[in-house]
Amino acid sequence: MRTTTPRAALAGLLVAVLAAAPAAAQTVKIGFITTLSGPQGAIGEHMKNSVELALDHLGRKVGGLDVEVIYGDDQVKPDVGKQLADEMLKKHKVHFVSGIIWSNVMLAVAPTVTGAGTFMIGTNAGPHELAGKMCNELFFTTSWQNDQTPEAMGKYMQDQNLTDVYAMAPNYAAGKDMIGGFKRYFKNKIVGEVYTQLGQQDYQAEISQIRAANPKAVFVFYPGGMGIQFLKQYAQAGLRGQIPLYSVYTVDEISLPAVKDAALGQFETRYWSPDLKNDANQKYVGDYRKKFGKIPSFYGAQSYDGIMLIDSAIRAVKGDLTNKNGMIAGMRKADYKSTRGPYKYNVNHFPIENFYLLKAVQDPSGELVMQIQKTVFENHKDSYAGECPMKW
Amino acid sequence: MPDEVVGTLVLEQTLNGLQYGVMLFLMAAGLTLVFGIMNLVNLAHGSFYMVGAYLATALTERTGSFVLGVALALPATLLVGVVVEIVALRTLYERDHLDQVLATFGLILFFNELVAIIWGRAAIFTSVPPFLSGHFRLLPGLPYPTYRAAIILVGAVVAVLLWLLVTRTRLGMRIRAGASNRTMVAALGIDIRLLYTLVFGLGAALAGLAGAMAGPVYSVQPGMGEGILIQVFVVIVIGGIGSIRGAIVGAIVVGMADTLGRAFLKPMLATMISPPAADKAGPALASMSIYLLMAAVLFFRPEGLFPARSRS
Repeated sequence: MRTTTPRAALAGLLVAVLAAAPAAAQTVKIGFITTLSGPQGAIGEHMKNSVELALDHLGRKVGGLDVEVIYGDDQVKPDVGKQLADEMLKKHKVHFVSGIIWSNVMLAVAPTVTGAGTFMIGTNAGPHELAGKMCNELFFTTSWQNDQTPEAMGKYMQDQNLTDVYAMAPNYAAGKDMIGGFKRYFKNKIVGEVYTQLGQQDYQAEISQIRAANPKAVFVFYPGGMGIQFLKQYAQAGLRGQIPLYSVYTVDEISLPAVKDAALGQFETRYWSPDLKNDANQKYVGDYRKKFGKIPSFYGAQSYDGIMLIDSAIRAVKGDLTNKNGMIAGMRKADYKSTRGPYKYNVNHFPIENFYLLKAVQDPSGELVMQIQKTVFENHKDSYAGECPMKW
Repeated sequence: MPDEVVGTLVLEQTLNGLQYGVMLFLMAAGLTLVFGIMNLVNLAHGSFYMVGAYLATALTERTGSFVLGVALALPATLLVGVVVEIVALRTLYERDHLDQVLATFGLILFFNELVAIIWGRAAIFTSVPPFLSGHFRLLPGLPYPTYRAAIILVGAVVAVLLWLLVTRTRLGMRIRAGASNRTMVAALGIDIRLLYTLVFGLGAALAGLAGAMAGPVYSVQPGMGEGILIQVFVVIVIGGIGSIRGAIVGAIVVGMADTLGRAFLKPMLATMISPPAADKAGPALASMSIYLLMAAVLFFRPEGLFPARSRS
């Protein structure tokens, strides 16, 4: 015992000295996990570009500290995502892990990161587990909870008193969540509820069924390539213009250049749009177009916000990265210029934010863009915060 | 639903199944020949589908004509196939199937990244040419997309040409001989390596044709070939490896089973079990249908429906 005590004291002293070292000498390390390869790599490209743009806007410093971002490609696989997180935590000793597109990847990564006492700043996926029972003080997101967007569409279609609606989604967890969220606010008659195979390419058989069922409106959730295929085939079958189509996460700034006219007139709900009028957003959209030559997407806006949120956390503790409680308190204020405009955090660290109805229209220059039509929800809270035991 | 609506719906879905079967056939023809004659498991066959789609898109843009774009994409994909065969696959014929699977899987990754480097990761826009866009009235109350009908037509023409090639020409005779007994063909003094290269190139061109026609309907993006490849393998297992006739029949059977299953399984189940249970079981069974079919075929006819004669 006699020999260990001085050693322990010495170690303690060393830690104290390290902790008290001047903050300016420190580098904040951020691990950013997204999908950079394969068919979904286009989304990751938008997110990575936006992180870089945020760093440009911050003068390549985050919270006044030098910054190093380590990018990881999860290949849309939960196990790969978890390995990346482990590597970032153990090898790179990151202070924040951020990013993540897919809910199943998020469910594998978030507990790993928060379990190691590190911050997880989600910038897309919002599985209901993390908003409810699995909420964590080290977990924040700059996006939304999955159900919120289809809830907004359900609300809008209910308000329009549409009925005889035909609903479609891929047959997997998020597909069912989307229809579930939609039905939470849409109470009129649903004449068909169809789940297709995840990754299906040809929807002609389902489109024939829609024509035969002759509904008054169609609601779909087809993210990524599925959406491109569905929209094209819907238009080719002559249903566009015949049966109005409403969707969530199906038409966005990434898919619009590939679908073009097949999406014209399409309704979507979303928390953000490139034409949202606030200074932070106009700076983000303008500079993104200048630097990358494309219209940014909501995936990008969330990732840009993610870096800004981290910046606000470090500013709140004046660069002291060991002060986690201080950073939590800082982030809870959402004290930064978000591209969606000011917002507040709910108890589960999910944003309380507005949701808008968007429509794909042709702008004066002939370009197809998503434009805000109206606000569907103001300061909308997700449906799972009540299950979150966190109090603050 | 009134009876005549049900009638036209069944007819429409049958056409949809036929159209899907035609796409599968174009892919399966090449894959089954390569597997049957060269004894090579080629996972990268879907990459030729993707390459065909990209080349057709790029060439359509360059020439301004869809027909010309597709027509030029065919020899271009054939060339890509020949180069891949000569550069990458020749050394694999003597190796076992696992090595071939690994190497051709590597080719998938290579082509996906190559395409992403050249054309970017985002899906690119292709549209149906104006003269094929829209739909025509097949029967009163049954409009059908013109482009889909054109796919069925092209597939039928290719099937007939391929059948003539295989049964009526000297090259076809050698292909059939190669499928039956490779060693004997080589012993008779036929340059089997040249035959392999030709067959592989032909298969690649057919996959490229499928991809080129798929472009305006599906999304043209890296990795687009993998989705269809699994079903194509089901087709050649059902049809019998190495047989063109098997590929035709297998493709139509799989196309029909998949389409009709997706369309009618749920309503049919709903008449037998409770609707909520049918809601759950319908999509699950529909996505399994072609695999159940394959299992049944394998059980009763392990060689497939129309196996190439005596492969021993």
